[in-house]
Amino acid sequence: MKFGNTSIGQFIPGESVIHLLDPRCKMIGTFVLLTALFMAGAPWDFVPWVFLLAAMPRLSRISMRAILRSGRPVLFLVMFTMLLNVFWTPGNEIARLGPLRITEEGIVSAFCMGVRLYFLVVFAAILMMTTSPMAFSDGLERILSPLARLGLPVSEMAMMMTIALRFIPTLFEETDRILKAQMSRGADFESGSMIKRARSFIPVLVPLFVLVFARAENLAVAMESRCYVPGGHRSRMRPLVWEARDTKAMSCMVAFAVFSFLWGMCLPKIASICLDML
Amino acid sequence: MDQVPIFDVKGAVYSYNETGPPALDGVDLTVMPGEWVAVLGANGSGKSTLAKVCNALLVPAQGACFSLGLDTSDPGNAGAVRQGVALVFQNPDDQIVASVVEEDVAFGPENLGLPSGEIERRVDRALELVSLTDLRKRGSYSLSGGQKQRLALAGALALEPKALVLDESTSMLDPDGRRSFLGCLGELNRLGMTILQITHAVEDIMFSGRIVVLGAGRVLWDGRQHGFWDGKYREFGFSEPPELALYRELASRGLIDPLTAPRVDDMLEALCL
Ligand SMILES: Nc1ncnc2c1ncn2[C@@H]1O[C@H](COP(=O)(O)OP(=O)(O)OP(=O)(O)O)[C@@H](O)[C@H]1O
Ligand SMILES: [Mg+2]
Repeated sequence: MKFGNTSIGQFIPGESVIHLLDPRCKMIGTFVLLTALFMAGAPWDFVPWVFLLAAMPRLSRISMRAILRSGRPVLFLVMFTMLLNVFWTPGNEIARLGPLRITEEGIVSAFCMGVRLYFLVVFAAILMMTTSPMAFSDGLERILSPLARLGLPVSEMAMMMTIALRFIPTLFEETDRILKAQMSRGADFESGSMIKRARSFIPVLVPLFVLVFARAENLAVAMESRCYVPGGHRSRMRPLVWEARDTKAMSCMVAFAVFSFLWGMCLPKIASICLDML
Repeated sequence: MDQVPIFDVKGAVYSYNETGPPALDGVDLTVMPGEWVAVLGANGSGKSTLAKVCNALLVPAQGACFSLGLDTSDPGNAGAVRQGVALVFQNPDDQIVASVVEEDVAFGPENLGLPSGEIERRVDRALELVSLTDLRKRGSYSLSGGQKQRLALAGALALEPKALVLDESTSMLDPDGRRSFLGCLGELNRLGMTILQITHAVEDIMFSGRIVVLGAGRVLWDGRQHGFWDGKYREFGFSEPPELALYRELASRGLIDPLTAPRVDDMLEALCL
């Protein structure tokens, strides 16, 4: 038994077009794209998005498998949302399972919900896989810098996030190690009722918490010894520079968002005009 | 000669809690520029505490510690002390901050607020010194234990310190890695770096000119190699490594200068004569 996959959604160093973009461009761009994605309400609306996804391995130099796999942790959530939608959407009944009815509208909205959620996670994961946590927090710090003027500790928050991201693989490793240690002493995580299984995780969680606190303490001391002063001025080895390519990429992303929105608006009309003409 | 000592610890006492014996119980230690001092001692003898005192992470309750001539009890000196005295801890996972090798090395200089060109130069040099240049774009999580330990050393070197304090920083290295790590330290020491090396491994101390043994927060022994291996070591529970037996044999036959630190090169030379 392995606890999770440590590589899902984790930064993969590289030199692709997307890797080289300014993190601010990627973050704002992803936000714009995801907003547009949420306006997609009919199955046909997702056609442009499938094409966009298909272009991703080329643009990010990350394999399609790794990209699609990044959506795996939410598959359960996707299924669950889809089920809810199938049974709880009122409309044209096409089948009946006891008290549950399946409607035409339910199937359509379940499909849209599921695809939307999956795409959301996958595009967010592409952002994380192509942006180093340091660059990510630099970008976030700059985007949120207006809030710093209101007295919010933006740079400390960004540093906290960098470290949290950096610690995710370590945490998975440690969890795995503790699980194995407990199993070698006869612990059983795989059989019995849900409650019994949940309870068998307590001997894992306790040492994990102790370990996380010890780790955090040690890291704080190490950061201090490396001259980190919370709230102090830090310079950057590679200060963020907004370049022409960032403007271009941003325009492309906004254009795509607008296009997908118009596509969603106009497609039914075009389709009905075509049908009328036939 | 009127040199300022790198570390001047005077009767330092430090306790983590009121009850129980203090972790440091009146430690005196003076380290001059360019020295390579090995600190030995059993678990819990106060070695790590001493390292943190030298780096101004802890301030002695009694006595004083002057690092680079600066009083560490003055919080205003902490920044200068931490830049001039870099600390490398035992577990590299606890001190690697960034997810990419070169970004982690840059962390220290970035905290100093240096211009980006200067940071880049320091990162290049530090990576070169620990021979990690080829891995600079790699994820720090994907390195092996020994490579992580070298990365931790590079992060310390990028501060361009005058002294290095190594707290059991070779514990995760394989024999090859340990040798190249020690070779790297030797190179730095020849360039004038002062080294305070905390270790459990007798092989590690072969290179150091001076040995300090701590026990229950006190200095039990402070002196040069040849004096230490003249029988004193048994009291502290160490066994003599074979290389040192050879060294002492050569020294007793007058083939090697007993006042130098034992170095394999010298011994080979003596044997070939
Ligand atoms: N954070 C802490 N809180 C409380 N007590 C501590 C703490 N760190 C160390 N001590 C205690 O201080 C004493 C000296 O510890 P120190 O870590 O300096 O020993 P050490 O010589 O480095 O040991 P080791 O070889 O195991 O690393 C020990 O008795 C230890 O229990
Ligand atoms: Mg220690």
